[in-house]
Amino acid sequence: MVEEENITPDQVDTHSKVRVIDIKGLYKAFGNNMVLNGFDLDLFEGENLVVIGKSGSGKSVMIKCLIGLMPADSGHIDVLGKDIISINQETLDELRTDVGFLFQGSALYDSMTVRENLEFPMRRHKKKLGKNFDAEELVFEALENVGLAETVDMMPAELSGGMQRRIALARTLILRPKIILYDEPTSGLDPITAKEIIMLIMKIKKKYNTSSLIITHDMDCARVIGDRIIILRDGVNYAEGQFDKLASSKDPNLQAFFK
Amino acid sequence: MNSAAKPENGFKAFLIETGELSFFAARFFRQTFKRPFEFQELIHQSYRVGVQSLPLVAVTGFIMGLVFTLQTRPTLAEFGAVSWMPSMIGISIVRELGPMITALICAGKIGSGIGAELGSMRVTEQIDAMEVSGTNPFKFLVVTRILAVTLMLPVLVILADAIGLFGSFLVENMKGQVSFMLYFNLAFESLEFGDLVPATVKSFFFGFVIGLVGCYKGYYSKKGTEGVGRAANSAVVIASLLVFIIDFLAVMVADIFYNL
Repeated sequence: MVEEENITPDQVDTHSKVRVIDIKGLYKAFGNNMVLNGFDLDLFEGENLVVIGKSGSGKSVMIKCLIGLMPADSGHIDVLGKDIISINQETLDELRTDVGFLFQGSALYDSMTVRENLEFPMRRHKKKLGKNFDAEELVFEALENVGLAETVDMMPAELSGGMQRRIALARTLILRPKIILYDEPTSGLDPITAKEIIMLIMKIKKKYNTSSLIITHDMDCARVIGDRIIILRDGVNYAEGQFDKLASSKDPNLQAFFK
Repeated sequence: MNSAAKPENGFKAFLIETGELSFFAARFFRQTFKRPFEFQELIHQSYRVGVQSLPLVAVTGFIMGLVFTLQTRPTLAEFGAVSWMPSMIGISIVRELGPMITALICAGKIGSGIGAELGSMRVTEQIDAMEVSGTNPFKFLVVTRILAVTLMLPVLVILADAIGLFGSFLVENMKGQVSFMLYFNLAFESLEFGDLVPATVKSFFFGFVIGLVGCYKGYYSKKGTEGVGRAANSAVVIASLLVFIIDFLAVMVADIFYNL
């Protein structure tokens, strides 16, 4: 396990960094229920940005629009310089190799072994990994990053929830993404395992200099990981800033999150 | 999106479902001929559909032949027409019973299996995970499964026919002392090319609808585990119904050709 005190979030100077995600005026409704009502977000290179919001506030919808899993009604989503809403499927698939996604429920392919789960993203993207890449080496490197090399031939059903989450994180890393999107990375885990996942996310960020967008309810997670926090409320970016600044706010809507 | 989940009325829901299933089929045809091809997964799925359904289809075919002969023999004996038994059984099994019973068994086993598997992958976000990894999940999961069932069902039908005829022979051998050679000579003598072609062609269609409906129901499954159960269940019901409709149409078309 990684020691918490050794890894602390970098304070990112957003003025001098390259913008890797740029969302402007994002709208998404389900029938009459307006979930995102002109949401804005920027993520900078090497930054850990945490989005907090109540259940049903549209956090997961936003992250799914961001990766093209769900079509936005209107707005502008720019990821690594490419407009997600207007690009064709082929370019989107290529772009997705640069954007990892850690699902809330891990989403490991339960009919495949851990090895096959990790090899799966490589099938169609050998070009990105170079001509002489060694799949076995990449699988073991990714598994060693999450401390689970011994599980390589196990089935997901044989692993605990925390181990599944770590394997899913290893799978996310296999294509060397520049950005990682985390959808509730600690949900459903006990506090100790949740802390291990948080430390792992920090370690990966340090090692690969990835930019991370983390959606969470877990305030400990937000405090430890977040360089910057965004509060999503009523479909808009309600407040933004560093954890301590938001936590000391007198706004009752913010206090509800931090008390 | 599967908008048939909240039907305003039965007929409207039926039309929506039919439209969506047609779009799903059109998407299948578009994706089938588009690169990259998932040959390895197609072989894997063909193995699952073909080899793993073999014991069930074999037992069903064998019992079908046994029971059909046992039930028919007394009636034919009454008219002194027992010698017609191999021809009658041969034509019945090859033309109708073999394809229909195999298709219904496969609608239950394979259709529900595909519906439940894809449904479970949908609700646990495995299909989304495939998509974000830059793999086309429709091609990998749907196209390979529909092709596998379409290609394997005729093979299973031929096997069920053969085992059914063998079951029938055992009854005839026990009751009427008919030899293996004589029984099969009589059975095949009465069969014509025109019996085999429509039966084989309709088996491809049976396989296609079983795969298509199973994949459609599973791929658009919603509402957690309840939705998975519903997907598996409705895959069997709709596929079985379509098998009957295709069979009726196939008999009509074959009849037109015979009467030309």
